[in-house]
Amino acid sequence: MKSAPFEYVRPQNLHDVCQLLSDSAIDSRVIAGGQTLVPLMAMRLARPERLVDITHVDELADIVETEDTIRIGACVRQRSAERSPVIHQHLPLLSKALPNVGHQQTRNRGTIGGSICNADPTAEIVLTAVTLGATLNLQSINGPRSVCVTDFLVDAMETSIADNECLVSIDFPKTRTKNSGCGFVEVNARASDYAIVAAAVSLTLDERHEKCTHISACIGGASSVPVMTAETQNSLLGSELTDQEIEAAVSHAARQLTPMDDVHASGMYRKRVAAELLARAIREARDDCRSDRHAH
Amino acid sequence: MTHYVSKKRRPKEDGRFITGRGKFVADIKRPGMTHVAMVQSPVPSARLKSIDTSRALALPGVLDVITGEELAAHTRPHQNALDTPEVVVYPMAVDRVRFAGEWVAAVVATSRHIAEDAAELVDVDYELTDFVVDPEQAMLSHAPLVHEAHGSNILLSREFVWGPVDDDAKRSEHKIGFRVRWGRNATVPIETFGVVAQWDEGSGILDIWASIQMPSYAESIAAMLDIPLNTVRAHYDVDVGGSYGVKRGLKHTIVAAYLSRKHGVPVRYIEDRLENMTGGEMHGPDRIFDMTVAFDDDGTINSLGIVAIDDAGANSSRGPLQLGKPVSAICGPYRINSVYYHAISVATNKSGQSAVRGFGQSPTNVAIEACVDRVARFLNLDRLEVRRRNLVKKDEFPWRIPSGSSYDSGDYLAVVEKAVSLSELGTMGARVEQARSQGLLSGIGVVTTLEPGGGNSSFEPLLNPKNTTTTWPESCVVKMDRTGLITAMITTSTSGQGHQTLVATIIGEELRVDPDSIRVVHLDTLTGMPGNTPVASRMAIMLGGAASGAAGKLKTRLATIAAHALDTSPDQLELIEGGFRVAVTPAKSITFAELAIIAHREDHRMPANLEPGLQETFVMQVPTGGELPTPDGVVQMYPCYSFACHICRVEIDPATGKTHIPEYVIAHDCGTVINPDIVRGMVIGGAAHGIGAALYEKFEYNEDGQLLTGSFADYLIPSALEIPDIKLDEHCTPSPHTSHGQKGVGEGGYLGAPAAIACAVNDALVPLGLERWELPLRMGELADQIAGGQTLGNLLGP
Amino acid sequence: MRIELTVNGKRVAHDVEPRLSLVDFLRDELDLTGTHVGCEHGVCGACSVIVDGDAVRSCLMFAVQADGAEVTTIEGVGNGPGTLSALQDAFWETHALQCGYCTPGMIIAAESLLAQNDNPSDQDIREAIEGNLCRCTGYVQIVEAIALAARNIREARS
Repeated sequence: MKSAPFEYVRPQNLHDVCQLLSDSAIDSRVIAGGQTLVPLMAMRLARPERLVDITHVDELADIVETEDTIRIGACVRQRSAERSPVIHQHLPLLSKALPNVGHQQTRNRGTIGGSICNADPTAEIVLTAVTLGATLNLQSINGPRSVCVTDFLVDAMETSIADNECLVSIDFPKTRTKNSGCGFVEVNARASDYAIVAAAVSLTLDERHEKCTHISACIGGASSVPVMTAETQNSLLGSELTDQEIEAAVSHAARQLTPMDDVHASGMYRKRVAAELLARAIREARDDCRSDRHAH
Repeated sequence: MTHYVSKKRRPKEDGRFITGRGKFVADIKRPGMTHVAMVQSPVPSARLKSIDTSRALALPGVLDVITGEELAAHTRPHQNALDTPEVVVYPMAVDRVRFAGEWVAAVVATSRHIAEDAAELVDVDYELTDFVVDPEQAMLSHAPLVHEAHGSNILLSREFVWGPVDDDAKRSEHKIGFRVRWGRNATVPIETFGVVAQWDEGSGILDIWASIQMPSYAESIAAMLDIPLNTVRAHYDVDVGGSYGVKRGLKHTIVAAYLSRKHGVPVRYIEDRLENMTGGEMHGPDRIFDMTVAFDDDGTINSLGIVAIDDAGANSSRGPLQLGKPVSAICGPYRINSVYYHAISVATNKSGQSAVRGFGQSPTNVAIEACVDRVARFLNLDRLEVRRRNLVKKDEFPWRIPSGSSYDSGDYLAVVEKAVSLSELGTMGARVEQARSQGLLSGIGVVTTLEPGGGNSSFEPLLNPKNTTTTWPESCVVKMDRTGLITAMITTSTSGQGHQTLVATIIGEELRVDPDSIRVVHLDTLTGMPGNTPVASRMAIMLGGAASGAAGKLKTRLATIAAHALDTSPDQLELIEGGFRVAVTPAKSITFAELAIIAHREDHRMPANLEPGLQETFVMQVPTGGELPTPDGVVQMYPCYSFACHICRVEIDPATGKTHIPEYVIAHDCGTVINPDIVRGMVIGGAAHGIGAALYEKFEYNEDGQLLTGSFADYLIPSALEIPDIKLDEHCTPSPHTSHGQKGVGEGGYLGAPAAIACAVNDALVPLGLERWELPLRMGELADQIAGGQTLGNLLGP
Repeated sequence: MRIELTVNGKRVAHDVEPRLSLVDFLRDELDLTGTHVGCEHGVCGACSVIVDGDAVRSCLMFAVQADGAEVTTIEGVGNGPGTLSALQDAFWETHALQCGYCTPGMIIAAESLLAQNDNPSDQDIREAIEGNLCRCTGYVQIVEAIALAARNIREARS
């Protein structure tokens, strides 16, 4: 399990990254944490001619707070994000999702941007980005481009990133208000495995913490990309999120899903469990919000 | 009272491992060493039309590319364990491939990187042929043949009738039958198999360093390479990074040795993980059991019927013999009067089978324990109570079972009571109810299982009449050097069992010498004595016995010299720490150091007719062994039987099918414990293997004959978050057959845990009217079954 | 390609092929064979080392990526030749190993945990080593060893 030969370059700034990626004569591939790419190369399922290591580009490594968003640099390590007070405060859903990503040692190397560009249908970070409606900021020799994550994700393991583009940062809208709550639930055979199915929910209740005024409810692992459950969301808007209402609402969710069979679970399993996990995640988000009220 | 045996002591081996100074095969570097990578078949069955190696050979750094045809022209095929002379298997495919992953060509190059580059450049033209994946399909008359010359896919079909099976069935008040499945898995060590081979033209010796745990390794190498046995020097001082039965890389060794001889360079082949899983042929038993059990109203089990179909995959080496070991404990720990056993080994187009911890006993234990649970449920009796009624009682030993083996000793009910107490079984039902009230499924598993240890390998002649094996000795050499220090020599490599600690502790005990001062070294196959490696829970019994025997002989020799020096007779001497004294006049004493000088340098102080030096050898015979099976298959196999009671509780999320194990307790009796920490680790570690087999691990082939779980991402080895905090209690019923009353302990945890988990999961399913005796009980399938609500069916039917 | 890095406190400079993994570099170029190869695809943890303060998989890094980094392997754990770290000593005391193959990676993972948390719960310990597979022990004595080491470290400090 040794990689095929390749060249390695380590640019120090974004301009040089874009210059390198613009050379279409050579098959370049960006490497950040490499926690997915390196095993693929070891199995020779990926064999780029050149690796462009972007982890020494300072401008990709920051977490920046603006008025409405948290901007996470593409090379921010998953473990750094997991420990970040800013993320904990403003992106509680991401904080909940991150401990489920791989295990501590892969999170020490793996990056937020790398996970999104890898576009694994079961990836927790991708699911979170879709749930929260993240925007991706890309750069190429031709200039910057911003794209909504749902437009970025094309298919399983496939994105709309161009060969000459580099992901620079991800803008997550701040979600924490005193009326908000979130839930993240996944199931896997072993704790450190990829999720078989996962559900992420971010919601807001009214001032009295009774009725749901906004909800993003998303399922990962049961289709080629994470699926926003529009029908479920619509049926819960304005509701009091009783267990019965949630149960009824998630029954719509599975219809949208087009899961695959694999050695770990059947497609039917994924459909069934997706609905159940979605219900759990909604309840978790609801309880999270209501327990917040007591805290304030 | 003992001085060192059974006392807490830091194991001798651990110091080198915690500092990263173990010497594993991958740490061995020889000048000019070359590296092998394999070309593997992507298809399960094909005729090899052509293999073009020219592009690979042209790559700089490539020494050679060999095919199966070349290797077969210069070697002999693998020896079959069964009497199947027409099944001819070489290390690499010749003319046709028989499973996806089989080796087709081997590249040797100056680095592993280059070898892998070249392996991609070998062009193989495969002509696909029919294949068979399912063992029951393979038994049908029209099935594609895995080994055409054999004329059938059935490698073994032997029926045994031990005791009055028909009469017992007739007189029994009830009879039930059902199927149990054990999935294909293995113990999958974290170190893959590796070997370094170096043919030395000058000495005419083939040196082998390997990650090996395999009886008759050097003998097999010599036979296959067709060279004299005394040219093969397999080094046993290589640390083995886990084995649990599977480290049997004979075919790997033949390839490396052949290449080394051909090119005059050291050749290393270390499997990478993908080669290991797909082509290493280390998969374990893969079984279907059709069970029948005849019993009475009070829960007395009179007779068992077992039809075991074992999927051996595409070779016929030692794997199929794993249908034989269970014969030694075919009744479990129960007083069962008669047994019908039909052992069937079937070839399919999958990886060949290797030995795995317990050598086939663990699947059989699941089937037996499933029988007991179903009998209890049929009769609406408590499952533990049914076991208590059927267990052999402590005053009934030695207890001979119908298939001929005698259980040496035990107090099974006492062990059960310890497990009941430690697990707080009395209140476990309340904890089940509590879990159920939270929407979970919850159930309890209580099983009682045996661990045969230290056997004579009589399953070989039992399943192959041409085999005449009736003993499996083990040896130890003990010497005292000129300064009075002790060195012991053993003839096996170690894969975590702590043999150095075992031998030093027992020699220390015999000679009243601090075990920390005793050096234990591993010989090689040229300098070594008869040995059979640490298989079959045998080393405490056999190597411990050999160490005790050799130390005892040395003590006698020392006493003879001491008596002469002290002008007394040996029977007047008393062993003290570091020497002897005269019992009646304790002031008169002599140290080992002084005796060592006498023995090596002072002939004038030696007794007459005693040769100089202080060195003794003991070759341990298997206790109770030595007889061939009778024509109807009755044979004494194992001298020692350890016993364990596992009690666990599981919780299952009914939606996801995920099983969690909040409680797990084992009480066990392996006779006298030599080192408590080592024993504890063996039992817990074995149970962890069993939990993996019960819930997670499977080599899954699809209908196209492709292995779907060929990496660690898909073959699920449990982590620290899956294995619970397993609690232990011990009981000691010494064996009458061993030096200190010890029995085997290396396999027991693995022999109980799969049954315990399977019984607990099935107990949890009872309120749903479901059952599932198909291991592993993976979450996806379990949840689908729960959602589908397949009913209990004929659980209670005849 | 020329790389320079610090391994167990020593500066080393080597020419390497870009495709050489960090674990192969440590084992084959530096003869630091205490770090083991188990799966080469990032699951088993036998190759764990500390890079710039964090435990990582050395099979999931190319040596060129470690240019300029500080790397600690099992050979660099402890307080100098002939001494054991609190964790190594505790692993011996509880016999938290059998074959010893996963042990260096396991100790590295545990060193990383105790550097951040000297009073971990059993659950903290299990989470810290969940990426390190052990086939021999069933983990119980490993968890005990790490808890014991933490206790010894705390007591030595107070």
